[in-house]
Amino acid sequence: MTQIWVVVAIIGVGTMAIKAAGPVLLGGRPLPSRLTGVVALLAPALLAALVATTALGDGQEIVADARLIGLGAAVIALLLRAPVLVVVLAAAVAAALTRLIGLA
Amino acid sequence: MASVRACGRGAGRTRGARVVEGVEQPPPIRFELRAGAVTAIPLAVAVGLFGVSFGVLSATSGGMGALPAVVMSVTTFAGSAQFAAASILAAGGQPIAAIAAALLLNARYIPIGISVARFLTGGAARRFAKAQLVIDESWAIAAGGDGHFEQGRLLGAGIVLWLAWVGGTIIGVIGGEALGDPAALGLDAAFPALFLALLVSQLQSRPAVGAALLGAAIAIALTPFTPPGVPIIAAAGAALIGLARR
Repeated sequence: MTQIWVVVAIIGVGTMAIKAAGPVLLGGRPLPSRLTGVVALLAPALLAALVATTALGDGQEIVADARLIGLGAAVIALLLRAPVLVVVLAAAVAAALTRLIGLA
Repeated sequence: MASVRACGRGAGRTRGARVVEGVEQPPPIRFELRAGAVTAIPLAVAVGLFGVSFGVLSATSGGMGALPAVVMSVTTFAGSAQFAAASILAAGGQPIAAIAAALLLNARYIPIGISVARFLTGGAARRFAKAQLVIDESWAIAAGGDGHFEQGRLLGAGIVLWLAWVGGTIIGVIGGEALGDPAALGLDAAFPALFLALLVSQLQSRPAVGAALLGAAIAIALTPFTPPGVPIIAAAGAALIGLARR
């Protein structure tokens, strides 16, 4: 439990420092353009890794289960331009139904 | 649009875009604050519901728990980083992996912070506080084109969105604790769906798509060999393809 609070504290303080870095320290001076190019790609790289590991990972194993059906439902919802909450609910319902009828 | 409306309304009653000695003065900051807040309301509904999902998943997935989730929403105020930390902890990852993933995801706020820096007024402490209200949505609302940002709109939108995010999280953790088995409810499938929805909004260039594909490949390749969380940190290396551009 203490560990959780350490995580919450460090992420909180770290994020505050990151958000304030430009306005307080750098005062609007731009980053080197090569660094900007890398920073811009961090979010897509990490989010894609999170999609892959939360959909397929189970500890250190790669497993295909009901979560993949859920992800498929999410893709359909996204293609239909549904809001995020609907996308998430579609995934949860599809995965729950898959388990309920014993498919995966 | 909303700012024009707000100024017009104010001008009739008190002093909106007042004219002093023939020169039009910028409207007082409270009009811009209100314009930002009003513009943010539809987004606040979405952000609030997003906060509800964060609360539910944090309270039920076993990674974080209710009170830490609420404290995190109050202090961190960055959705994708918070979800990343919660999902890594839920998967049994190390705390350091959760911290690293969250801070790397938030690294995009360094250039975003720089873009608004010269429009935030006040001393260091005030600018530090104002910078905390910068998130993707409030930044977009404050953008006036040509690299100009309206401080009042940024703050008005930021406050409304922060209230929605924290309020949603509180509702979520209360509701989540009342729910049953997360797997039976399909809540474990909610994480990848959520990250996918966030990812789609980030895929606005060819290098972004490349970094995403490479990041996912790195994460899957490392999963059998490393503790949970490490593959996600390693996937940050995919962003280095950004060096190849000019």
